[in-house]
Amino acid sequence: MNPSSPDFSDATLMLFGGVGGVLIFASTVAAILKWRVAGNAPHSVIDNLTARINAWWIMVAVIGLSFVFGKGGVVTLFYFLSFFALREFITLAYTRRGDHGAIALAFFVALPVQYWLLWTEWYGMYSIFIPVYAFLVLPIFSAFGGDTTRFLERTAKVQWGLMVCVYCVSHVPALLTLQIPGFEGRNLLLIAFLVIVVQGSDVLQYVWGKLFGKRKVAPELSPSKTMEGLVGGVASATALGASLYWITPFTPSQAAALAFVICVMGFLGGLVMSAIKRDRGVKDWGMMIEGHGGMLDRLDSVVFAAPIFFHCVRYWWVP
Amino acid sequence: MSARWPARLTGLLIVHFARLLTGVRATWRAGGARATQTLYFANHTSHGDFVLVWTTLPPDLRATTRPVAAADYWRASALRRFIGQQVFRALLIERERLHKGIDPIAQMADALRGGDSLIMFPEGTRNATDAPLLPLKSGLFHLARQCPEVRLVPVWIENLRRVLPKGSFLPVPLACVVHYGEPLALAAGEGKSDFLERARAALMALRPDYDNDYNHEQR
Repeated sequence: MNPSSPDFSDATLMLFGGVGGVLIFASTVAAILKWRVAGNAPHSVIDNLTARINAWWIMVAVIGLSFVFGKGGVVTLFYFLSFFALREFITLAYTRRGDHGAIALAFFVALPVQYWLLWTEWYGMYSIFIPVYAFLVLPIFSAFGGDTTRFLERTAKVQWGLMVCVYCVSHVPALLTLQIPGFEGRNLLLIAFLVIVVQGSDVLQYVWGKLFGKRKVAPELSPSKTMEGLVGGVASATALGASLYWITPFTPSQAAALAFVICVMGFLGGLVMSAIKRDRGVKDWGMMIEGHGGMLDRLDSVVFAAPIFFHCVRYWWVP
Repeated sequence: MSARWPARLTGLLIVHFARLLTGVRATWRAGGARATQTLYFANHTSHGDFVLVWTTLPPDLRATTRPVAAADYWRASALRRFIGQQVFRALLIERERLHKGIDPIAQMADALRGGDSLIMFPEGTRNATDAPLLPLKSGLFHLARQCPEVRLVPVWIENLRRVLPKGSFLPVPLACVVHYGEPLALAAGEGKSDFLERARAALMALRPDYDNDYNHEQR
């Protein structure tokens, strides 16, 4: 596949070194902007930028820590990310007293079981557990609640929450279960590739949009997304993905193609999740991450990119 | 005030459990918590209501802030007696007017005169209906008249009804927010119904917009 690729710990150190360098650069730029443009006075855009960068330091540190603990660390981390995301999703979803059992089932049964199946690497089950079993059992529980008011809508929202926050998010750690010949023991780098490309795409779209953004792409859904940000961000994040081919089992052009798919799915995921937020009349999913909003505001692009990336890799690279 | 350590430890455990489950945050319309004697009046949908108010108050204010709770519920078992009386130092009032001579308003006014802050639920009972708020009982008005020096702060507890609905014992994790409004004062010569209407409006104004949208749709 890629005989010249460096070994796992070297590659990981280089990656985190690179990400750390980018963050140092970003923090420096933000500090200079604060000093030169804002004259150290409060400035909403620059202060939000600083808050976002500070949150990134913490997020990178948390991911780094989970990598130190390997599979256990990453599965645990994403378990908690799913939990917080699901809590935000169900909080904003309209449910009634009769849904209490179904919601409890989602949090206390479906979520742990999905991650347990993932831990045991039982692909045949974790790929259908929520779409089939939870899908069927949840409405049964809601029906026991005996309340038919807006029944389909309420049930669909709990199912959607599980699909988006648990099933889709769990496809990030699921990358660890793929057996790729010649890539054994280095699957964490697939997660690094996905996370760097998808989050890099978000950040680069934000930067391109702030610098050159004029034409809005989807004013009804997300007023801050612009055509210039989209094209510039996706193109540069695709290039970023291609330049990371050496940590993956892919060739540079394969890495570019996968990065492009990740970026496009991430962008569309952001749009869909924005549509849900607009419908509920809120700007952010929550307040967990200073400057970013909620957990789901940071995960929305991952949610849509992860399962597609997982299946592409599984289809073409796993014999 | 000098609660013994089992009570203090239990209090801390309850606060951390509430945070873990609900990630509860507080919003303050008027600056922030103040160490002024206060009567917090809140909407009531769950047994956990006063826990969330208590959790979002600064620790030093918790020590002087007591929830007003139903005696029949909080005396029903040893555990409830411990939590109600030792941990939260609840002011227990009789809901059934069987106990002639014990006037709940007088009890609350006495506690306020003793210097404590109180958390009370002017709807009188937990709201399990689709309406956002039940009609307010007159107790709030009488307290405002009898204790004019006490700040009256409206509090809206968002979402807790869904965490632990009436009749359920298994809480589910949903994000909750406790909204603290601007203090309300009884105007000179203001009548009971006018004041209660204002108190009701102050509570309703604290509700998040997305809750309001829903009730429009449902009508």
